[in-house]
Amino acid sequence: MMQMLGQGFLVSLQLFVLTLLGSIPLGIPVAFMRMSKIAPLRWIARIYISVMRGTPLMLQMFAIYFAPYYVFGISLTPDSKWTACVVAFIINYAGYFAEIYRSGLQSIPRGQYEAAEVLGYSRLQTFLYIVMPQVTKRILPAMGNEIITLVKDTSLAFAIGVGEMFSTAKALVASQVSMVPFAIAALIYWVFNFVVEMLLGAAEKKLDYYHD
Amino acid sequence: MTNSVMKIESARKAFGGNEVLKDISLEIKRGEVVAIIGPSGGGKSTLLRCATLLETLDGGSLSFGDLAVATDAGSGAIYARGDVPKQARSRFGLVFQNYNLFPHYTVMKNITDAPIRVLKRPREQAEARARELIAQMGLTGNENKVPCELSGGQQQRVSIARALALDPEILFFDEPTSALDPELTAEVLRVIKDLAAQNMTMVIVTHAMQFARDVADRVVFMDGGRIVEEGPAEQVIDHPREQRTREFLSRIEG
Repeated sequence: MMQMLGQGFLVSLQLFVLTLLGSIPLGIPVAFMRMSKIAPLRWIARIYISVMRGTPLMLQMFAIYFAPYYVFGISLTPDSKWTACVVAFIINYAGYFAEIYRSGLQSIPRGQYEAAEVLGYSRLQTFLYIVMPQVTKRILPAMGNEIITLVKDTSLAFAIGVGEMFSTAKALVASQVSMVPFAIAALIYWVFNFVVEMLLGAAEKKLDYYHD
Repeated sequence: MTNSVMKIESARKAFGGNEVLKDISLEIKRGEVVAIIGPSGGGKSTLLRCATLLETLDGGSLSFGDLAVATDAGSGAIYARGDVPKQARSRFGLVFQNYNLFPHYTVMKNITDAPIRVLKRPREQAEARARELIAQMGLTGNENKVPCELSGGQQQRVSIARALALDPEILFFDEPTSALDPELTAEVLRVIKDLAAQNMTMVIVTHAMQFARDVADRVVFMDGGRIVEEGPAEQVIDHPREQRTREFLSRIEG
């Protein structure tokens, strides 16, 4: 039983890591589009964020799973489920992260940009060295919330038939007529999130050398 | 060969329908210390922001020495493109009312980061210069502190050092002591006086009249978007010719 749950956990962990690797960077261009001076770009980002946050992740997963077949007539393979699941998670979380980035970026006082401009920093330098480090510190608590939610959200992959930890636990519960696998799965989710919390706490502490 | 460091001619600037600068001309010569005084909303800060390229002029011209930043042939200010704004920025420095230090950088890094990243100076050279400036500002021992560990007066002195580290030809101050209590104000003003004694060219927007009288070679009184009166400090502050200058001075001293 533990071995099966362990394998399920590895799938959940993979989904977790891939989602973060994809959505953390993808949120950046979305946030910039959302703040763009060009109205069409701004609207595209607004609609994207609104759909991602306003519809269930589970539905998005199915939409992405079936879209290639219905739209392009591409036949689905056993791998498609996993791919659809990862893509859905990435684009969904990118929507949330984009809004967190935006709130962080907009909280940086104008004076920081002006000081950098007068000192001769380029726009890219201003972003990389002056703005981004400050934004990182400010958004860390909000990012932490999303990341902890993501750990639990990976269980939604169960709906599309990806064999992650929750689906494994459910199968075990059915075959063993016992609730114990659920309890163990819950414990593993919690322990994992406990580790995530520790890491986030360490990151916050590292950035605690200044306040403003 | 001129010893003019900065020259603004016929500067005009409006925000919406509100004309903030109406035909302002001002020339600053090398080594000169000019104080700009006047009521809030009179255009002092806008003038400084236009001179430091944080705002663009609607009309008029702006140059730093031989470098023409904006010219006006009668149809509004036309700004030079390409490298010119960058070159101009290397010629002036600006000290803000609320310092605008980089909170995530130490004092040392606040002062050395721009010389290293913008002017591509070697780190050792930038740090050696920074240590000189830190000593000059009376901040020795604070190199590795971050701004939030310093008093307002110390922060403002760091921001002066940060501006000086780029070796500007002219330094602008936008109400450098308005966010400080009297004691901290004194230490910042002392530093500015030291710079004046070293012939640093400076333009200072200030409400500290006593200080303006002490440090400035020339005082400019601005109100309603115009220069109402200018001249030697003693003349403008102690014996103003214009009615509006007299009213302003009596209001703030009374």
